Amino acid sequence: MSARTLPLLFLNLGGEMLYILDQRLRAQSIPGEKARKDEWTDVDRKRVMNDIISTMFNKKFMEELFKPQDLYSKKALRAVYDRLAHASIMRLNQASMDKLYDLMTMAFKYQVLLCPRPRDILLVTFNHLDAIKDFISDSPGILNQVDETFRLLIETYNCLSDGEFQLIRQTLLTFFQDMHIRVSIFLKDKVQNSNGRFVLPISGPVPWGTEVPGLIRIFNHKGVEVKRAEFTTAGNYVTPQREGSFELYGDRVLKLGTNMYSVTRPVETHMSGSSKNLASQAKENIVPNPFAKEELNFLARLLGGLDIQKPAGGETGFRLNLFTTDEEEEHAAQTRPEELSYKVISIEATQEPGRRAELSRILGELEVAEPRPGSAEKGEDLLALMDGL
Amino acid sequence: YRRERSLALRSSSSALYNNLAVLCPPARPPAFGAVHGTTLSLLGNEGPPRQLQARGGGSALSTPLLTQAAWCELPSRVLLVLTSQRGVQMYESDGSTMVFWHALDVPEHPAAHSVFARGIAAAGGHFVCVGTSCGAVLVFDIPPKGTNVTLSEVLEQHRDPITDIAAEQGQAPDGAGDLVTADDSGTLCLWSTGEEFTLLGKIPGSGSTCSSVRLWNGVVAAGYGNGQIRLWEAGSGRIRAQVSAHARWIYALDLAPLTGKLLSGAEDSFVHVWKLSRNPDTDDIEIQHCHAECVTDTQVCGARFCDPAGDTFAVTGYDLSEILCYGPA
Repeated sequence: MSARTLPLLFLNLGGEMLYILDQRLRAQSIPGEKARKDEWTDVDRKRVMNDIISTMFNKKFMEELFKPQDLYSKKALRAVYDRLAHASIMRLNQASMDKLYDLMTMAFKYQVLLCPRPRDILLVTFNHLDAIKDFISDSPGILNQVDETFRLLIETYNCLSDGEFQLIRQTLLTFFQDMHIRVSIFLKDKVQNSNGRFVLPISGPVPWGTEVPGLIRIFNHKGVEVKRAEFTTAGNYVTPQREGSFELYGDRVLKLGTNMYSVTRPVETHMSGSSKNLASQAKENIVPNPFAKEELNFLARLLGGLDIQKPAGGETGFRLNLFTTDEEEEHAAQTRPEELSYKVISIEATQEPGRRAELSRILGELEVAEPRPGSAEKGEDLLALMDGL
Repeated sequence: YRRERSLALRSSSSALYNNLAVLCPPARPPAFGAVHGTTLSLLGNEGPPRQLQARGGGSALSTPLLTQAAWCELPSRVLLVLTSQRGVQMYESDGSTMVFWHALDVPEHPAAHSVFARGIAAAGGHFVCVGTSCGAVLVFDIPPKGTNVTLSEVLEQHRDPITDIAAEQGQAPDGAGDLVTADDSGTLCLWSTGEEFTLLGKIPGSGSTCSSVRLWNGVVAAGYGNGQIRLWEAGSGRIRAQVSAHARWIYALDLAPLTGKLLSGAEDSFVHVWKLSRNPDTDDIEIQHCHAECVTDTQVCGARFCDPAGDTFAVTGYDLSEILCYGPA
């Protein structure tokens, strides 16, 4: 309902995507000297991260993003991330892309739910941006782009009231409603139950500006406090130490939005149609045209402003697998429950003749790259080899 | 209190303030309503569960989101009122027929400030008051029968989006007013209803949103985003009690008029029952804690008593596809 939600949704989901891609690329990389021509190296990883980040923080794209607008449908947003993930030499199969998107969305849903104050969603966003700046710390040009976005965020959001932030949070929660995909790393850390619902702690620091529950104060008609009483509950709360910083640089205090993946913790999901209410999800599929005019404009800007990365000469697209083996990826693609399929659709061009030519050109690039039959899949055999190590 | 049955909902509840509507007809089981995105799920009426859609797509492709639903009990009739991003829908109490539709002025392109209606209350015998995101309160005059609802007045005292509206549930002392309206900044306005509504007083906010409000025997009970419940004397506008009630944003308050029991539900997973009373000697307003319920791993978004004495209550939570019912232990 809030028309200022999209930038926060986009940047935080993008941040999670980068954490996951970085982890997978590190897990699958070989030291430069030892690598064969078709293996991932550190240099490749940095290149992929740089390409994606510089696409994400493209100036015109950001300007479009920050305009007041409604949230996109899940399908439209998914298409944007599809495009983003393919902004470099990396390729993802449908199953891996699905899994990536599941992980991104469940992670941000968790962060939004557990934010102590609605305003803290901004701190979560800053945590993501701080980490992104770390990824490209040796590329001053891209660093500048990210800083510009940081300033735009501060300018747009720091002055909003708590009530407006709560509206943004409610808009985000509506977007994430009924998503209960189980994520291994969450299950292991006991932040998610086996039914897919997140654990909401009833202990710990209260939000900044809130008092620890328990005190009742009575005032007389002159406004003088005349009585105090206490009550106890099962909760075990404490006062917070300090507030996180909303400046360009600073200690955010909040841990939500920082990178929870590391090379040793694999990213897995369990596919479960755990939501009983398929009716609510099915309804989304009934919307006749998932792409509104504004969304098309937005996507056109994103795509139009890009140098489409065409693998040059002998260099083929590097495929990244979000699963441990190719067989797993294949199996996941076949067994994905119907109600959880994203059904990436090709965009239909609008009626305006001027747009049509431009968009037709762009649409050609939009479809998720299926493994090109002729080209050698990078690392295909190697993945199996590496997993055996 | 102890947990009794749960009623299954077709869809889970959305994270919206006061997201549980209850109608308690005398000598009949209560009816419930909870909002999920663009639809309202109705339960418990005679007949099968029903779903109502938000109305008015206009040029946009998507159905507008609902913000709230409530039954308005007037002496002559009971109406079911829905508020959304587009306007106000009024139905007969079982949701079978639409009685009235009021469209808000929605700009063609989304502006930085969202447009929606929120906050519903029956007042003054034949009025239904509905709040809006620009701070205006619409007063609709409801005929005893039929569809000839008219917009009687627009009250413009708030500068922030309205969150909740409540009418006096007991006996108002003289000069105390019989309607309270609340907004995002925490400002409360007190009104006396009638052919023309009169502003009697304004309690300025102090930095925290008031998301839910109730009025009983001249006492305003207000729930805030910082987890506090405050009791105000409606006549003087003075604060009479302050409770550090919840560890997170309060989403719902309800009051049982026969006993003065107060129910509060918040994002911290807790639902508390309190008791309001007036000390006959000092005339102080007192509040005691009676009972706490923890709805595990759930952010409560609606909480209502299901009878006027407050012996039973029901709760909804974000992403929860049930209405949880509690009764006497």
